[in-house]
Amino acid sequence: MERTTMDLWVGMFVVAGVAALVMLAMKVGNLGTYNVSETYQVHAYFSNIGGLKPKASIKSAGVLVGRVTGITLDTARYEAKVEMSLDKRYQFPKDTFANILTSGLLGEQYIGLMPGGDDQMLKNGEQLKKTQSAMVLEDLIGKFLYSKADEPAK
Amino acid sequence: MPAVNAIKGIGRRSINAVWRIGMATRFFMLTLTHSGSGFRRFHLIIKELFSTGVMSLIIIVVAGLFVGMVLGLQGYETLKRYGSESALGSMVALSLVRELGPVVAALLFASRAGSAMTAEIGLMKATEQISAMEMMAVNPIARIVAPRFWAGVISMPLLAALFSAVGVFGGYLVGVVQIGVDEGSFWSQMQAAVDFREDILNGVLKSFVFGIAVTVIALFEGYDAPPTAEGVSGATTRTVVTSSLVILMLDFVLTAIMFRGN
Repeated sequence: MERTTMDLWVGMFVVAGVAALVMLAMKVGNLGTYNVSETYQVHAYFSNIGGLKPKASIKSAGVLVGRVTGITLDTARYEAKVEMSLDKRYQFPKDTFANILTSGLLGEQYIGLMPGGDDQMLKNGEQLKKTQSAMVLEDLIGKFLYSKADEPAK
Repeated sequence: MPAVNAIKGIGRRSINAVWRIGMATRFFMLTLTHSGSGFRRFHLIIKELFSTGVMSLIIIVVAGLFVGMVLGLQGYETLKRYGSESALGSMVALSLVRELGPVVAALLFASRAGSAMTAEIGLMKATEQISAMEMMAVNPIARIVAPRFWAGVISMPLLAALFSAVGVFGGYLVGVVQIGVDEGSFWSQMQAAVDFREDILNGVLKSFVFGIAVTVIALFEGYDAPPTAEGVSGATTRTVVTSSLVILMLDFVLTAIMFRGN
């Protein structure tokens, strides 16, 4: 085979391979959708985080606004401290409610933010005071059983 | 005494295996040290890229498409039971990018390009072309082995990326176009689940390691083959068997290191 046609084929092969990688990164991965450069950090305490993991998404009204960056147990109050980094474009009032929610019945857990009515906005390093823990199935079943036991027998 | 003979046999095989591993490692080192002149004559690498990379394109693309379509079908059937068909995209993409892309592409590459490399070098040795080169003071490692090695190492990650991309497209064809899973949730769940560094770059790293392993095994088997018709055929078989096993074992080790189930 002539050298130039071979060069052409090899060039096309390399371009196709690199294009496949870029396509995987942009369309399949989350590189194109979420920019980590401009963020601010907030944290919140939860009495139970359930199955929340680092890198879980933080959503408000269903829109991805940030990610969980770290989860530690604060031994001063024995509650889970969840660090979050939020996108600078989205500012939230100080009394924003943070709930741990589940996407779908078996989906992964994420943090949902419900904005309050405060005039002051959250700043870098501040704390979300109002939180609601994850629903744990065992607790729900336990509550259900207790309430059933309290009912008078028919 | 049969028992002593049996133990002798085990000993001989162990020594042989260790000796071959040592030889292969020395061969690999020699290839690396002689790579400089290979890069100076880059057209040699381009020629090998054509025969290993470009000629493997068709099998990789067709196999990727069908693997992706099967994943779409099977994944849908399973996910339907839990009412989470919308997770089909993330399932197809994660299994392709993390595992099937690098592993299946490397297996196909070993049988398509690795066997050809072994047979070619083995025949060169059998027809004394390699000795002729040495007579002319041309280093056969620099002239024959190094370009093939680098061509294999360069083309393997590209082929794996193509396999994954075409596979995702195959999953899309079956899941969204044929079955009718919602297109928005297919892509958005995929993007939410697949992490660029954690999944895609690790997959590329895997295929890079597989590329090194397959080409070193293929080249060493060819270079080490007894210069007979039988020897070359045996070496070609060993290339495919050994590199397939090494790919699968390395895959387990790499997966255990990369995804330690956090």
